Amino acid sequence: MGRGVLDVSNLSAGYGSGSILQGVTLEIGAGEIVAMIGRNGVGKSTLMKAIMGVLPATSGEVAFMGQPITHLSPEQRAAMGIGYVPQGREIFPELTVEENLMMGETINRDKRGTRYDIVYAYFPVLRERRRQLAGTFSGGQQQMLAIGRALVGAPRLLLVDEPSVGIQPTIVLEIGEVLEKINAEEGLTILLVEQNTRLIARLAHRGYAMDKGRIVARLGRDQLTNQDMLVQYLAV
Amino acid sequence: MGLDVLANLLYQFADNMAFLLLAALGLMIILGVIDVINLAHGEFIMLGAYLTALSYNWGHLPLPACAVVSMVGVGLFGLVLERTLIRRFYQDKLGALVATWGVSLILSQGILIVFGPSMAAVPFPQWTLTVGASSFDGYRLMLFGVAVGAVAVLWWLLYHTRIGVQTRAAMQNAEMAACLGIRIRRIYLLTFAAGSALAGLTGALYAPTTTIVPLMGTGFVDVAFITVVVGGGANPIVGALTSAAVLSVISAPLASISGTFIGRIGLLVAALVVIRFLPQGFSGYVRDLQRRRMGAAAAP
Repeated sequence: MGRGVLDVSNLSAGYGSGSILQGVTLEIGAGEIVAMIGRNGVGKSTLMKAIMGVLPATSGEVAFMGQPITHLSPEQRAAMGIGYVPQGREIFPELTVEENLMMGETINRDKRGTRYDIVYAYFPVLRERRRQLAGTFSGGQQQMLAIGRALVGAPRLLLVDEPSVGIQPTIVLEIGEVLEKINAEEGLTILLVEQNTRLIARLAHRGYAMDKGRIVARLGRDQLTNQDMLVQYLAV
Repeated sequence: MGLDVLANLLYQFADNMAFLLLAALGLMIILGVIDVINLAHGEFIMLGAYLTALSYNWGHLPLPACAVVSMVGVGLFGLVLERTLIRRFYQDKLGALVATWGVSLILSQGILIVFGPSMAAVPFPQWTLTVGASSFDGYRLMLFGVAVGAVAVLWWLLYHTRIGVQTRAAMQNAEMAACLGIRIRRIYLLTFAAGSALAGLTGALYAPTTTIVPLMGTGFVDVAFITVVVGGGANPIVGALTSAAVLSVISAPLASISGTFIGRIGLLVAALVVIRFLPQGFSGYVRDLQRRRMGAAAAP
């Protein structure tokens, strides 16, 4: 096993009796943006949940910063520095924007200080509307809030699950810019599950393609910018 | 004359609302946060009354100190119970019902065995307040103040402290809260202890007003459940206040005109009507209204 930020080896997980992940192996090094692509239902979100610990592994191992975390709870994984931006955003609708951000403070307990200033600088709308209830936000603003909430805790690894779904193209662009900037300025490591080919081409340094619960290809930067190549893995 | 009747009605209302609030608050926050129905809630109140009776009659403590003993004692009891028993049933709500019911039986029968069928009484503090031709019990008015104060403290905790905001986040989406590193188990532990401490306080405050017996919890638990069901678990603060206020408006006049028994029946009928139309209680209705308004605003 390497000494990357995230090392997943032969990981299987699923719901009830059926195993959705069937032995996934991948590694992510510090400062990388890695895309995970694949059609709907091939297990991308399941993989994110298994890395976060929401779904227990049935076999295989997950290591974070060189330490095994396979048997840790989601709380413990977050405390070690994994920030999670789930599919559907999962913001707390009846908390204010500011309170939502505050809930990210418990990520990465080793950090020095919180990062409201940085988050507000990246997403000025969150500062302007910090007293508003998060449930009144549009989908795009909720996505910014979900990303901001994870960033407040200064994560060492950011898991972002389909940030472009159901969001206006201009806001997808804005979110893409921010992720790119954070990665460039702070060296934040990002695992990005996405189907939006433009966002993938713009952000990812390299990628993996998934099908039927397995990694079926490792993709280099040149392959990720090749639209025809991407469509092949994303087409139904 | 008209003023006297009004003052009397207001007094009845305050007395009634205080009773509903204090009986229900502990049960309500445990249901709202942990989604567990504590069937031993009445026995927790009984324990509070016993602790007050013991520290008053044997320890010769003043009543306010007795109330503190009851709160801390029953709160600690809840803390230990959550650690050892209750947390094993968070995935099994029916199991939690049976387990807490078992605890209630053990508590009432255990107290019966240890202390016998009744306990030395705690004298009722006679503070009389005269307004015009009518006079009121100052102690019962104070109970109203304590009840409202308890709600205010709860509100402050939930809305203005870090752990309170984390608690509300956990109520809305426990899985996501855990993914952000929020310690859900600790929140549940503290909530159960706080709900237990509130039951202890209620027992202490009502100890001077009733005869202290092992089965006294049942006198609290029925109104507590009615209040909780009518209020709903979606927001303990909104639920407790609206439910206790509405139910008191209905039952206080009934009770003062036709007696306590008719008052209780009025309470039940009112609860049935509310539940028929608002199955999630008042706070569930308020939350749905708010969500619908948010949904309209949140169109992308």
